[in-house]
Amino acid sequence: MNSQPDNDHQQQSDNGCNHQIPNQNHKSEHGDRPGMQALPMPVPDPPIQYTKLFISNEWHESCSGRKIPVYNPATGELLCEVEEADAEDVEKAVRSARAAFQMGSPWRSMDASDRGHLLNRLADLVERDRLLLATLEALDSGKVFLMAYFVDLMATIKTLRYYGGWADKIHGKTIPVGDGQRYCHYFTYTRHEPIGVCGQIIPWNFPLMMFAWKIAPALCCGNTVVIKPAEQTPLSALHMAALIKEAGFPPGVVNVVPGYGQTAGCAISHHMDIDKVAFTGSTAVGKLIQKAAGDSNLKRVTLELGGKNPNIVFADCDLEYAVEQAHSGLFFNQGQCCLAGSRVFVEEPIYEEFVRRSVERARSKVLGNPLLPGVDQGPQIDQKQFNKIMELIESGKREGATLECGGSPWGQQGLFIQPTVFSNVTDDMRIAKEEIFGPVQQIMCFRSVHEVIQRANATHYGLAAGVFTNDIDKALTVSSALQAGMVWVNCYNAMSAQCPFGGFKMSGNGRELGEYALQEYTEVKAVTIKISQKNS
Amino acid sequence: MWQEVRLTVTKNITLFINNQWQDAVSGKTFPTINPATGEVICQVAEADEADVDKAVKAAHNAFRLGSPWRRMDASHRGLLLNRLADAIERDSTYLAELETLDNGKPYAVAYTVDLPNVVKCLRYYAGWADKWEGKTIPIDGDYFCYTRHEPIGVCGQIIPWNFPLLMQAWKLGPALATGNTVVMKVAEQTPLTALYVASLIKEVGFPEGVVNILPGMGPSAGAAIAKHMDVDKVAFTGSTEVGHLIQQASGSSNLKKVTLELGGKSPNIILSDANMEDAVEQSHFALFFNQGQCCCAGSRTYVQADIYDEFVERSVERAKRRVVGNPFDLKTEQGPQVDQEQFNKILGYISSGKREGAKLMCGGGVAADRGYFIQPTVFGDVQDNMTIAREEIFGPVMQILKFKSLEEVVTRANDTKYGLAAAVFTKDIDKANYVSNGLRAGTVWINCYDVFGAQAPFGGYKASGNGRELGEYGLDNYTEVKTVTIKVPQKNS
Repeated sequence: MNSQPDNDHQQQSDNGCNHQIPNQNHKSEHGDRPGMQALPMPVPDPPIQYTKLFISNEWHESCSGRKIPVYNPATGELLCEVEEADAEDVEKAVRSARAAFQMGSPWRSMDASDRGHLLNRLADLVERDRLLLATLEALDSGKVFLMAYFVDLMATIKTLRYYGGWADKIHGKTIPVGDGQRYCHYFTYTRHEPIGVCGQIIPWNFPLMMFAWKIAPALCCGNTVVIKPAEQTPLSALHMAALIKEAGFPPGVVNVVPGYGQTAGCAISHHMDIDKVAFTGSTAVGKLIQKAAGDSNLKRVTLELGGKNPNIVFADCDLEYAVEQAHSGLFFNQGQCCLAGSRVFVEEPIYEEFVRRSVERARSKVLGNPLLPGVDQGPQIDQKQFNKIMELIESGKREGATLECGGSPWGQQGLFIQPTVFSNVTDDMRIAKEEIFGPVQQIMCFRSVHEVIQRANATHYGLAAGVFTNDIDKALTVSSALQAGMVWVNCYNAMSAQCPFGGFKMSGNGRELGEYALQEYTEVKAVTIKISQKNS
Repeated sequence: MWQEVRLTVTKNITLFINNQWQDAVSGKTFPTINPATGEVICQVAEADEADVDKAVKAAHNAFRLGSPWRRMDASHRGLLLNRLADAIERDSTYLAELETLDNGKPYAVAYTVDLPNVVKCLRYYAGWADKWEGKTIPIDGDYFCYTRHEPIGVCGQIIPWNFPLLMQAWKLGPALATGNTVVMKVAEQTPLTALYVASLIKEVGFPEGVVNILPGMGPSAGAAIAKHMDVDKVAFTGSTEVGHLIQQASGSSNLKKVTLELGGKSPNIILSDANMEDAVEQSHFALFFNQGQCCCAGSRTYVQADIYDEFVERSVERAKRRVVGNPFDLKTEQGPQVDQEQFNKILGYISSGKREGAKLMCGGGVAADRGYFIQPTVFGDVQDNMTIAREEIFGPVMQILKFKSLEEVVTRANDTKYGLAAAVFTKDIDKANYVSNGLRAGTVWINCYDVFGAQAPFGGYKASGNGRELGEYGLDNYTEVKTVTIKVPQKNS
């Protein structure tokens, strides 16, 4: 999800990625980068090899016989049909995951370092199939191919490698216990054990990357997985399933069941034999997941939900840079990011200039077929999202915001929306409160540090925030005060596998990525042994 | 088929500085010997103070602010280490042959023990590169405080001849994962595999000067590293005697950080309730593994009185069965000692054992008419004050001692200047806990011996060393912690 080009392009010339992504602002640090090389090209007419449910390392038809039609959102054409998992298929997948988790199973008795090695091998295979996966991702989700290639695929590979490294470094502790009784001596240690069968439900905005974020920490800790990709975007996940088998994961460790939320997703969240559920998606569905856990077996829940993220721009910042970052902070991935900086608060002295430049920047955006070079905005994911975005644009106009540019559909076919900028947005408007999840930027004006902190925090979300200033005191004051899981100072969407990600308040529960994510996939067992005599 | 192996090294081997192969400034070379035959394998450039200087300059330059190595993502350092592991895995047959040729260890062991552990160690530290996290710290006052874990700088690393490749990996893994640069001196007995790995380091893409590898002698090249004013840290694995010199050199030069992995006289305690067959086999392995050339060798086998006689009898039987011979023969369990000096020293210890009244149960002599082979040797009735019970023999010579009570054996086991490793064999959970807690040793094995994982720290109490290698603990020894404190207008939790 990092819209910044990955820092190690310069070091990975073998991947042919020594070039600048359009619209990026990396300066001196890449000064020694070799000259432009040929850009990677999508695979023409990519084969869609995998369309069935993946259970126990085998391909299954759905029990109901139903299939999901999968469309290209850029054209509306049908790409293929994928088997549709329902409760019965989830049941099969859970049984397979449970069997793989039995005491003494190959997966449970495997060295932790070998689990890590398998994840590294999976990363190697993703790297091998990088072009094909990026093409499938662009076709299926409508995201710009080069972004898929450089951002999504790189993040996927790095996440797998990162957790590959953790597998044999998840340390328990030995603990100097004592109960104050002179003749009672104990030795205590903790084991960090996998939780068991993990249900994972992922969204359509970063299909492959979310797949990696979910399975990598789960597998590195030794869990087994039943993962449901979004019905809009099942293709890359099914290709990953094939790679998981090829890498050598034992049967049942990962099961991939494409399906709808109300059926397959619901079956996962209510299942009595799923020990943990992780969900990324809307806050509304997040609540259902939490309730389902309460109604069923109190499975552990982690949630990665929506956001209405403030991006605060002070007058003393580097204006040109801030405009660009605020632009990509909102428009990246067609605005379909839970992290999108969708409330841009700009300090009064630079407000008008900031709006002017932001509009100019938005107008320069090139819409079109996301597989073509030069295009930097593709279609929205589906008709439902398209309608919702258009409705919110209308509400903005109706409620008195100034439509600076865009505001309408674009093109003859596909689900394209013009890059849209609203100024004079006030905090009570719907477009300032609700998650739009589209290419619609709201720019507000503020006067004081105190005021902007209050306004930025006046939301039930708390996922991410940005602040642009050259003043170290302002940077530290604002970043401390913001109620958000990630705060970026003089940057936006700067994410990496090493750095935890998650929300305050109703933006979620728990953290993904980094060392923190390991806690979400482990049970801690304290073992206490009576000993005859304690010594320090 | 391995008897047929005639690995030859046709060219002379040079120093690896700044990713280039260089002759020694002095032009000097030394021969490296096949210990199984006493024949010269090839000539190797001999690094001296002037070469150490060059290597330190290269390492220093690679460590300057803004260098490719300093600016590299931590995850990419990890990727390079993983690639190095892949390259070593690819070439592991050749490397194992070369190790056997130069060191004399059985090929079957080099291939199934040394090489896989080298690969695992590098992969393990590859994973750490981007996980070695500083902290943010809630200090008093209106301040924001955090720590950065920074590399120390130029690390001198001096490694021994008993596990040439494995010691190289133990040293390089944590140093490179944490972002240091390295000047490594490899033992003059066994320089070949380390220099082959140097070529792989270049192949996988480590920037120039990050790793520099110098074959040379301790008193010249080793001493030059230990006292160098521009080496920020020195790590040494070898004898306790030389460990003292390294520590002194640091004190009289720039107070470089020192970690030491030194000798041992490790107790292996067999209680009468242990599984006899398993304990005999493990104790045999604990001592005789790698021709007895292990710093953690279980060289004082304490056996409880009521099973002592049977244990000695079975141990002798096992030692007599030990297959000594051509290390390229897959049936061979024991190859030659590494060189004439070690060979003579071990035979000297065997004489002292006989002289001081220990009972020679088997072996005690030379095992072949050429090469440095020694018969597997077992002494019974060994007393704590005998030289063979106090000094590190570093050869295939087993000492078996008798004890009666737990308290007694813990006291006797700890009565040594060393504290590297120890083991206890028992089925009783209370006894296992009592003995393992009471032993003054950096590693304690219960019902096993010589179990190593890259994940588990290794190092010595007392005169067996300073610091820990392997595991997360190994990272500490290659890290400077920087505390950064920033004034803030107002603190909030």
